[in-house]
Amino acid sequence: MTRGLKNSLPWEEILRTLHAHTILNDDGWLGDGIARVYGSDLMSDILSFSKPNSLLLTGLINPQTIRTAEMVDIAAICFVHGKRPHEETLDLARKNQLPLFCTRFSMFEACGRLFAAGLVDEEGFPGLPESKGRGDDR
Amino acid sequence: MNRLKQLHKVQELVYELKIRDAAVREVFTMSPDTMMTQVRQMLRGQKITAAPVIENGTLLGIVSVEDYINWLQEGADDCPVSERMSRDLVTMYDDEPMVFAIQNFEKYRYYEFPVINRKSGKLEGIITKFDVLVALLKALDIDYYKMEIGQYDGTHFFNDVSADQSRLEFAYSVPKAGIGAGGEVASKLKRNLGYLGIHPNIIRRVAIATYEAEMNLVIYGGGGTIRANLDGSCIRIEVADEGPGIEDIDAVLEPGYSTAPAWVRELGFGAGMGFSNIQNSAQELDITSAVGKGTRLDIVIPLEES
Repeated sequence: MTRGLKNSLPWEEILRTLHAHTILNDDGWLGDGIARVYGSDLMSDILSFSKPNSLLLTGLINPQTIRTAEMVDIAAICFVHGKRPHEETLDLARKNQLPLFCTRFSMFEACGRLFAAGLVDEEGFPGLPESKGRGDDR
Repeated sequence: MNRLKQLHKVQELVYELKIRDAAVREVFTMSPDTMMTQVRQMLRGQKITAAPVIENGTLLGIVSVEDYINWLQEGADDCPVSERMSRDLVTMYDDEPMVFAIQNFEKYRYYEFPVINRKSGKLEGIITKFDVLVALLKALDIDYYKMEIGQYDGTHFFNDVSADQSRLEFAYSVPKAGIGAGGEVASKLKRNLGYLGIHPNIIRRVAIATYEAEMNLVIYGGGGTIRANLDGSCIRIEVADEGPGIEDIDAVLEPGYSTAPAWVRELGFGAGMGFSNIQNSAQELDITSAVGKGTRLDIVIPLEES
């Protein structure tokens, strides 16, 4: 599941929508916040298609996820299915000052909830004319 | 940037920018049948000293505080503004260069000029000296920003040092280790290029290409070396291993072709996109490989975006 979503919500609300728990975060780590959300379990796709300052939704909890995120300037990671990363992964995230969150939702449900909350695909959603974001289609 | 350059920049901008870049779009206007007795309150309410008088979007004249004072002084009867407004106007077209406005301010000493849309002939807005100033400042700000990015692109280093040829090399060895180690070199290289002030888009390309290549070293190559060479125009990344080599080079370049074992796929790799990711990030990718002897990648990424 890969889809770049454009942010029309503040990041606090994105995390609230996901019922996300904070695994790792500190003052200032989020910098400019989250500009968009990107969901994928495939490293090469994250490298190719994600954009800087995204929240990455993924089911992968190994250290490589942190490395991949670092390469393409991911702003934060939210693990799906309530997965918790191992110590090695946490260490690397701490070193990179990369905030980590966790949601009990599946990738499908997490994306679905964000979409329903008003995060819309940057290129627009096929079939919905001029969906500009939150509340426009309701 | 020194003062002379700054002045030149402003000179260029007054020719480049158009009147419409500065003209205020939302203008308070009056209709021709507004009565003179209403003018004072209307101008005062808007905190302005003059207002265009328009009919169906077409500019008829301008009524100013001066017209109002003259009317008061004469003790004339109340009448529509169309009888007292100034009809002899200096107007500007929206597509004229900003320099014309500056010349007009100098020549006529008016505080503002109505701006007319050349195509429709209708009033587009009003331009004041202040609008010109703000438009210039905004444009300079944007240009300064662009210049900052441009100036900091590491190539300056190569222009400033004097040698027939100069280059900077970062060399790393990638150990034969568990997959957890993969990415360290790409991470270090990314940081170094950041210190050099290379453009973020270029760093991203280098990071992606190096990272994918490094993962190949870790997964298939049994470790190896990565050298990144930087000169004034591009970054050349040489990735070498003494691993099993690639049997079919054309095949690995096909998106989706993969020989990855299950444990690699479980980590989110091995979907057969590695080489095409490198290729997409680079201007050139050259693969030389001999089965049983090893593989060498030569990746070239220009410092300027094409």
